[in-house]
Amino acid sequence: MSKFKFKKATKTPEVSTASLPDIVFMLLFFFMTVTVMKEDTLKVVNELPNATEIKKLEKKDRVITIYIGKPVDKFQETQGEQAKIQMEDSFVNLSDLGARVLEAVNEKPEHLRAFIAISLKVDKKASMGLIADVKEELRIVNALKINYTTYEGDTSKNLE
Amino acid sequence: MARRGGAPEVSAGSMADIAFLLLIFFLVTTTIETDAGLDRMLPPIEPPDTDVVIKEKNIFQVNINKSGQLLADDNLIDLKDLRAKAMDFLDNNGDKSCAYCKGKSNPDSSDNPDKAIISLKNDRETKYSTYITVQNELVGAYNDLRNRESMRLFKRPFVQLEADYLNPETDSDVKDELKEKVQRIQKLFPQKLSEAETSSSN
Repeated sequence: MSKFKFKKATKTPEVSTASLPDIVFMLLFFFMTVTVMKEDTLKVVNELPNATEIKKLEKKDRVITIYIGKPVDKFQETQGEQAKIQMEDSFVNLSDLGARVLEAVNEKPEHLRAFIAISLKVDKKASMGLIADVKEELRIVNALKINYTTYEGDTSKNLE
Repeated sequence: MARRGGAPEVSAGSMADIAFLLLIFFLVTTTIETDAGLDRMLPPIEPPDTDVVIKEKNIFQVNINKSGQLLADDNLIDLKDLRAKAMDFLDNNGDKSCAYCKGKSNPDSSDNPDKAIISLKNDRETKYSTYITVQNELVGAYNDLRNRESMRLFKRPFVQLEADYLNPETDSDVKDELKEKVQRIQKLFPQKLSEAETSSSN
């Protein structure tokens, strides 16, 4: 009797899935760290136009955002269909905008107040009249540094 | 009944499933925020004490009407020609005091880049997207000229220098060096883009 048995036809060994949780966890941590939770709930339609010559906004803590656009369907009954201004979580009338901006500036720590920029997130279908009024209000409260926030992309899509 | 060999191990086989569940949640809720745009400074509300007299030829007037048509220095032009027109105007070097300009030295156009002002006017009915497109072209004209000078002086485009300078991760000694370069280029082609109050033409 021979000492060595002939091996029977072996199955291919299975790939170990023991490290699968580790890989999934790695991905999970990546997404957990890059996720930015939205600060404001949008109440206006806000599709930004495209631009190519853009500059990144500085740190988040020195930016005040103003949204402009038509109210979303849910609010059209109460707010009408004209473009509206939204700051933080509420609609703001043009006449109150200056006061609201000043209030938002005063909430920031004192050493940051000189560097505050206003980010204007304006829907591309809005007309310039309201934006001109907003710019005028901002000039009155001396918030002069503004940023027309846009997406990066081909500007020819703006004109469709 | 007494246990032998300690407590039974908890199966970790479903850990992957739980992790997947969390992963999918974060995948769905993630919005990688894009906060970038065109930086502008508004003019202060108080008028300057002294009236500055600017020659007609040093102003490049761009008008956008409510249907999105462009009027540049009283000529109806196409949007795609705007950048070239603006660059010609800025780079013109009418009084021949600008050594680095490559313009045609047309006496009816701007004296030098330091004096050249682009004025952008729009109608109240103009669409925001049109306005941004025009702004983008004008900023692009400045950037193209600045890139040209930056390539000549430092062998790197200006936008790259500026992005590195604004990047918070850049070392401070590199930053100081970049600041000097950025300011030098900005001085060669200062961005003088005036946003006049909107006119209503009805």
